[in-house]
Order: sequence, then C-alpha cells, then structure tokens
Amino acid sequence: MTADLATYNFAYLDEQTKRMIRRAILKAIAIPGYQVPFASREMPMPYGWGTGGVQVTASIIGPEDVLKVIDQGADDTTNAVSIRAFFQKVADVAVTTHTKDATIIQTRHRIPEQKLTEGQILVYQVPIPEPLRFLEPRETETRKMHALEEYGLMHVKLYEDIAINGRISKTYAYPVKVDGRYVMDPSPTPKFDNPKMHMSDALQLFGAGREKRIYAVPPHTQVVSLDFEDYPFEIQKFEQDCALCGAHGVYLDEVVLDDKGGRMFVCSDTDHCEDRREHGHVGAMLATDREAAE
Amino acid sequence: MAANTEAFSGGFSNPVFESQSVFRMVMDGMARPGTIRTVEQDAGQPDPLGSAAGAIALTLCDHDTPVWLSAGFSQSAVAEWIGFHSGAPITREKAEARFAFKEASSALSSFGLFSAGTQEYPDRSTTLVIEVEALGEGQELTLAGPGILHSTTAKVAGLPETFLRLWADNRTLFPRGIDVILTAGRHFLCLPRTTRING
Ligand SMILES: [Zn+2]
Repeated sequence: MTADLATYNFAYLDEQTKRMIRRAILKAIAIPGYQVPFASREMPMPYGWGTGGVQVTASIIGPEDVLKVIDQGADDTTNAVSIRAFFQKVADVAVTTHTKDATIIQTRHRIPEQKLTEGQILVYQVPIPEPLRFLEPRETETRKMHALEEYGLMHVKLYEDIAINGRISKTYAYPVKVDGRYVMDPSPTPKFDNPKMHMSDALQLFGAGREKRIYAVPPHTQVVSLDFEDYPFEIQKFEQDCALCGAHGVYLDEVVLDDKGGRMFVCSDTDHCEDRREHGHVGAMLATDREAAE
Repeated sequence: MAANTEAFSGGFSNPVFESQSVFRMVMDGMARPGTIRTVEQDAGQPDPLGSAAGAIALTLCDHDTPVWLSAGFSQSAVAEWIGFHSGAPITREKAEARFAFKEASSALSSFGLFSAGTQEYPDRSTTLVIEVEALGEGQELTLAGPGILHSTTAKVAGLPETFLRLWADNRTLFPRGIDVILTAGRHFLCLPRTTRING
C-alpha cells in the first residue's frame, strides 16, 4: 500500500457511510427491483459523473478486486478514465479493460457484450432511477404505485406510444419487470442490453447519487422488458457488421469518418472489439486498409 | 466487572478491511441464498455469540441500527460487547430492531413482532441472525428463488422446528418481510425474503 493512501479513508468513504450503503445494498438484493433510499454523500466529482455508482463501488470494493469502468462501451472516455483513476488512488486496486478479468465493472450505459460470469458484479451509474417519474412527478405517488403494484398507467402510456409512433419509441431506459414484481428502470442502458439483465450469472447493483436510491437484481433473476402481445419487445437490430472486427449482433456506434458523409459502424464495446481483432477477426474497413497497404 | 472486560475485548484488528471482506461474503450470500460462507476474520466475540454472528454484528451494526438480542445473549457480555464495538443501541422492542440475534436452541415462536417494513418501505425490516447447531449437515432444505439457478439444497442442523412454517408466512408478506442469516460458529448462509424453502 502506498504511503499517501494514509491521507484518505480506504475507498474514500468513511466507515459509517459504507456501513449505511452496505445495509442498503443487502436490502436491495433481498427485494429485487425495489429502490432503497440511502443518504447519498458528496463525492469529489459532479453528479452527472455517476456518484451513485461510485458510492456503491466504494462500499463494496476491496484490495482483491479488479475494477473495469466503462462509459458507453468504452474504457477510454474521460468519465471512465477519471473514475478508474479515482479508485486506483483511493483504494489502490488493480484495474483492467478486459471484461473477463474484472471482478467489479462500473458502467454508465452498456452491459459488456461478453457474457458476465458468476462472481462478477456490475455496478450501474443511474441518473433517474424511477421508471414511473415521467407519469407522476411526486415521489409519494410513485412510491404508492410501486407498493400497490399499480403499473396499469405505465402500460397505457407505452400503448399510447405505439398508437402514435407505431411502436414503443423508447430505445434507452426501457422499463423492465424484475422477478414478476417491481417495475424497474435500467437507465440509461440501451434496450439492446435489456435481455442481458435477464437470468444473468452476475450480481447487478444500481446507484443513483442525486436521487439517493440503490437497487439490485440478484443473479439468476427474471428481468422482463414490458411489452404487449401484439407488440412484443424487440431489441435494436443492426444491418451492418462492425467495420473493425466484423462482429454481428452486437451494439454498434456510428463513427463519422470525413465531411463528405463517410461513416462506419463499430462495436460500442471497445474491449470486445479489440479482443476479437486480437483473435484474428477482421471487419470490412480493416480489410480495405490492409489491401491498400499491400 | 468481569462482563465489562469481556465487552471491551475483541473487535476486528483491522476494521476497514475485515469489515469489507465480511460484508462481501454477506452480500454474495444474500445474492446466492443457501450457499455456505466461512468467516476467517476473528471478531473476538464473547460467548455464547458465534464468530460469524459476531463478525456480522461488527460489520453491519452501528448507532443507526437498534439491535435486539435473545435472552441468552442479553444476559451475557454480548449486549455490552455489541454496544461497545459498534455503538448500536440494544432494544427490547423487536419492532425497532434493524438486526436481531438469536442464540442456538432458543424457542422461535413468531417473526411477527420483528419489523417486516411497510408496503411503501419494505427495506425497513429486521434482519434476523439465528445461530443453529451446524450448516452443511442435518435437515436438507430445497431452496428456490432469485439468486438461485433452478433450485439448490442446503443442510441445516438445529433449525428451530417452527422455522419452516414461520418462513412460509413470511413469504406471503412480500415485498414486506424479514431477512434471515443462519449462523453456526464460523459459518453462515443467507435467506433473503424471496427464497422459497421446502423442508
Ligand atoms: Zn468490433
């Protein structure tokens, strides 16, 4: 352990705060999908930076852990780099960009493409934890709706969306029902990733700092995206393969190449893309580049 | 006073890291009900409190969590020990208790007086830590629910005979309900309120 670590509490938070958050996490696991209120602390970063996720990670992390942090699917954005550096500094933990090597993965949006395994923990940074908030601004009312399992209005709203748009237009923060009871917001995860939450081998923890809520999905737990018999839930489908690694059926980001309308689609999960390329997979763009070089 | 000396003794030698490690075992245990965990950390708890129960108390209790103790614990140095090391107030009111500790082979007549939380705030419920004779041997229980792929079995010796009936009642309260940790010396397993048990 480095000497300057002595000036911090391990993982930044004081022990009293960690205990309070730890108790909230245990209750969250015992009541899957239910939002446990907690006394969120000021963190040395702005709210938009995932202070809820950071507090959850800080309360669970130990010296043995290996931490991965992603923003969208990438490990190298400012947000991900800062959070990773924060934990290296205050908890002296090992970090990685490889999904398979991580014990804790903190994410702002995506769920990694590689299937998570038993023993891994996925920590989500959540801006708006309340799936009913767009229907009802009052916390006392949404809490009552969850208590009485009154989700009819939610279905009506989704159906109105179909009437207007011909489909459910939500592509992010698409509501799910956890273990047949609580409606939960996986926000701001793209709905493409919703099926990965269902019966996952990993423990999923959600922290909302500004809204002061923690919730959880235990491993092997049903997570079902809300839908209708005549309008079943569907994930986004990408026509293209990844231009760099040729991956099909993964979540792709559009990258603008020049000002003449040139663009390509690449894996949003950068670790997945790099790993595939290391294993010899080549996408159309890289193949063209190679031919040009030869 | 002999009891006081016992109360001041023990505690984690490295509270920050030991409580983190014990918490992770409890968290993993709650996330995977029925799996037996072993606490290597030494809580230095006085008899008749077991070491897993002692470590759990040190890890999770503080002045925000009133603690209820069964008669054998409250009449021993355990009450003062928990109070001294964690700062938790000891309460005689089960409904106030965020944590409750029950010694082995003491009667368990009801969960009803412990807090099951409210329909709006089901998290405001008691976590009941029950010492049993042994885990990994004895009566075989079949468990299912969140955290369990299909189903799993857990063996428990010395489970209070009323337990399965009380647990079935507890299940019907969902999302309200208490959560249970069974402890046996250094070992423990978790039973969150979602777990269905067949004896
Ligand atoms: Zn790719």
